[in-house]
Amino acid sequence: MGRLFLGDSSAGCVLMAALAFQDLTLGYDRHPAVHHLDADIEAGSLTAVVGPNGAGKSTLLKGVTGALSPLEGRVSFGGLSRDDIAYLPQQSDIDRSFPMSVMDLVAMGLWREIGAFGWLGRKRRDRVEGAIAAVGLTGFERRPIGSLSGGQMQRTLFARLLLQDAQLVLLDEPFTAIDMRTMADLIGVVRRWHGEGRTVIAVLHDHDIVRAHFPQTLILARELVAHGPTARVLTTENHARARAMCEACASVPHICGKTAA
Amino acid sequence: MIWDALFAPFADFAFMRRALLGCLAIAIGSTPVGVFLMLRRMSLTGDAMAHAILPGAAIGFLISGLSLGAMTVGGLIAGMIVALGSGVVSRMTALREDASLAAFYLISLAVGVLIVSTRGSNVDLMHVLFGTVLALDDAALILLCSIASLSVLTIAILFRPLVLECADPQFLRSVSGLSALTHFVFLGLVVANLVAGFHALGTLMAVGIMILPAAAARFWAAGIGSLILCAACVAVLSSVSGLLLSYHYSLPSGPAIILAAGIVYILSVFFGPVGGIITQALPRRHFET
Repeated sequence: MGRLFLGDSSAGCVLMAALAFQDLTLGYDRHPAVHHLDADIEAGSLTAVVGPNGAGKSTLLKGVTGALSPLEGRVSFGGLSRDDIAYLPQQSDIDRSFPMSVMDLVAMGLWREIGAFGWLGRKRRDRVEGAIAAVGLTGFERRPIGSLSGGQMQRTLFARLLLQDAQLVLLDEPFTAIDMRTMADLIGVVRRWHGEGRTVIAVLHDHDIVRAHFPQTLILARELVAHGPTARVLTTENHARARAMCEACASVPHICGKTAA
Repeated sequence: MIWDALFAPFADFAFMRRALLGCLAIAIGSTPVGVFLMLRRMSLTGDAMAHAILPGAAIGFLISGLSLGAMTVGGLIAGMIVALGSGVVSRMTALREDASLAAFYLISLAVGVLIVSTRGSNVDLMHVLFGTVLALDDAALILLCSIASLSVLTIAILFRPLVLECADPQFLRSVSGLSALTHFVFLGLVVANLVAGFHALGTLMAVGIMILPAAAARFWAAGIGSLILCAACVAVLSSVSGLLLSYHYSLPSGPAIILAAGIVYILSVFFGPVGGIITQALPRRHFET
């Protein structure tokens, strides 16, 4: 389905794109962090976004969620709306000292169903427990979130993502600072989403994980370095290019001369 | 003996019953707000807001004297302007909420002081500063009870978004457009409760009945529901004992009530079962893994 392409292709709309970045420039205070990006993310694909620090990976996800509006260009959704997105930020601003149980936090994944005032009810409670079980946290339902370890917290957040039941899942460095066992479990969840036909985009640093589990890779260094099947894209040359591009743009800013396509 | 000490003042004097009703309304209305302020690490926001409503109340006082309506409206307007202004600045710019709130309430305070001093009258602002819990009339009581009911009802309705806005604001923003609304309604409740509070306890003391019971409750309860319940009990207890102290020893009632709450707070810091100093120091065996 669709078409795969490499490099800075300006190919038109791929039919099955879940997400298309069209000449997208995102940034903070006029300084671009993502620069004139053109890429299509296929519906149902499992894509890793890799690149050096400061390459604009997290910024790209923020652009997709709408937390950041484009300086130029646009993000277009094929058939999806912003409501179909579930987003796991790199550093969530969850107040861990807040008196809230794992159950309460995970149940909030059902927000789109129950909203601010809806009743949770027996059936949905079962689903919440199911999601907690799916991430291996059974028995922790009543624990306050402040007592969880880093890995357990990440499992909790994945359980909430499960309940969000979103067509497009955005994960920003979801496996940092967690042990192998937890990572394996959470990768299992990600693969399950992939199997269910959801589109998943994850920012990652570990190339071995990308090679093992992510069919698609997008290398970003503010501008697009390469995008396509992981085996073809995730090469030493591309990696070196990405690093060079990132270092090159750390100079004094000047007004960008590139015009919109 | 016990009757004389605890019940006779209320049984014998109507002004004591009115004071009690007013204090109970404030206690029940403002403690849930205080608990949320504490959980959001905004305890000092209450204090800033109290300063912010002071000029509004003073202007109301200057325009129409010791009028309940004018002072209430003035206080509400000043408080809402500061709440909205600081909220808008912190949401639209990089300035954090604490800094923008400080900026706005200081501006408001300066405006108030300016107006009062240029009008040059020897305005009796003692009423605004220290309240008149022993002289609450019917209109004031109705106002206090209405604000308390409105406050409790609003918190009940907005409970879920409010909890999420405290615990995980980023997530709330990603799933719902209620984040900003919740925040501003909450700030509005802070202002409304402080305005209610200053009629009885004065602007400065009104913050006390909001924050002290919440801070004390933190040492007795862990869940959010039990925190609110516990804080309300502390507030009611301190209201009753503060009024009795003020009756028996002819003390000003506002400070007496807040001091009673302060004593409960200090006792809780030491003896509270949830992280109190003495509980922590007790040698307790740890659990098996």
